[in-house]
Amino acid sequence: MAHRWTNKLTKADVTPEAIWLNRRQIIAGLTAAGMTGALAGRAEAAGDTLEPNSFDDITSYNNYYEFGTGKNDPAANAGALDTSNWSIEIDGMVDRPGTYTLADLTEGLTEEERIYRFRCVEAWSMIVPWNGFELADLLAKAGVQEAARYVAFETVVQPENMPGVRRKVIPFPYVEGLRIDEAMHPLTMMATGIYGKPMPNQNGAPIRLVVPWKYGFKSIKSIVRISLVADEPPTTWNNLNAREYGFYSNVNPQVSHPRWSQATERVIGGGLFAKRQETLMFNGYEEEVAALYDGMDLTKNY
Amino acid sequence: MIDALNTSLRKLPAWTLYIVAPLPAAFWLWQGATGASGPEPIKALEHSLGEFALQLLIVGLAVTPLRKWTGLNLLKFRRAIGVVSFFYVLLHFLTWLVLDMSLLWGQILGDIVKRPYITIGFIGFTLLIPLAVTSNNASVRKLGARWRKLHKLVYPAVLLGGLHWVWLAKGWQVEPLLYMGAILAILALRVIPKPRKRALAA
Repeated sequence: MAHRWTNKLTKADVTPEAIWLNRRQIIAGLTAAGMTGALAGRAEAAGDTLEPNSFDDITSYNNYYEFGTGKNDPAANAGALDTSNWSIEIDGMVDRPGTYTLADLTEGLTEEERIYRFRCVEAWSMIVPWNGFELADLLAKAGVQEAARYVAFETVVQPENMPGVRRKVIPFPYVEGLRIDEAMHPLTMMATGIYGKPMPNQNGAPIRLVVPWKYGFKSIKSIVRISLVADEPPTTWNNLNAREYGFYSNVNPQVSHPRWSQATERVIGGGLFAKRQETLMFNGYEEEVAALYDGMDLTKNY
Repeated sequence: MIDALNTSLRKLPAWTLYIVAPLPAAFWLWQGATGASGPEPIKALEHSLGEFALQLLIVGLAVTPLRKWTGLNLLKFRRAIGVVSFFYVLLHFLTWLVLDMSLLWGQILGDIVKRPYITIGFIGFTLLIPLAVTSNNASVRKLGARWRKLHKLVYPAVLLGGLHWVWLAKGWQVEPLLYMGAILAILALRVIPKPRKRALAA
């Protein structure tokens, strides 16, 4: 079931190296002439190419409250996370419940690279080249039963390694959930790496969820338990503040959050003078996922 | 000890504060420009300026209790501390307006009206404007007793500043709560009467 989603760009869109080099020279010339502004505007209008953030950006600006609430805390503290002998308990409405090792879960599956937009509810965003597998393929190993309507996820709790857990900044374990059709959607993946490297601890090693059309907090990190259930499962931020964080939490520039207008976002890595960028409906994946929410009032089901 | 300190402080002119004051802002700007403050330099700058403004406001408010309880006299620096803290609040506000919000006026006005933590931060800032404007000898003379009354606006302003941070943080975070505690404590010290020596002896 891998490769159900691919970037719309093909090899044909890749600029031949000679022309590309030539273009670099033209750009260099234009830069010298102070014309980059106009050029950047045109490149943006041309569109689809997503230039990933640097590995450094992606691994030094994180929300992982188990390791502290500061953006740099996870990078500073997550070295202590113990990822050895990792296993995931899969239970609930599955044919083969049990404790699966990472190798069990990924055996025979095709690892893919997916370059996705990543949009935090705090109105910042990055482009991340994930490596991983479709969640649907992993769940198939356990055999999802017909009656299952939701999937619940749980993050590991290691108090001795996690200063944020010891300080109880929010209730732990961190829990999240998806509707079954969201979970089975080809865009939804379980990521085990970034830039072809094993998942860094601060980004949710060794395995995490990635749901690119939802706010980042839905993409739960360091997963140790997956439950297939009949009812909408509790989710951490929704429990803390239901008015601010809905179960769905789809990226939606029209539905304003009480803390952050979601109309625009700040792209990380642009430096001190980077302009805000308009936020796209479903984070730019409207074509792929809008049908999941047909007939739903997205201002009520935020 | 306190007397010695007061004596040496008497020799230090208040204007030295204005010379030193811009240095942290310049340092943070330089850090942001060189990437030393991480991949999101705008938020880092905004946060550093805001936190420092709050620290300065607290220091300014500590002058009276310090004199009352320890005898340390920093009174002649108080105006400079106040003016500098206003400039840091202003820089914090401008960073938000220009760098963070890219001068998107529709969204900016919406945020000020609709988002409580921004609303109270903005009110706190506006309360400080008349204080900054009247921080000169001519205004003190002209306003007389009303000047003291007017400058009591710093109490609600600093409370709003502290609340602004507590509210904007997701969940209950330690740092903003510590600042809020410090603000409440320092305001309480102004209300609590100093115990008399005689009462202590008894």
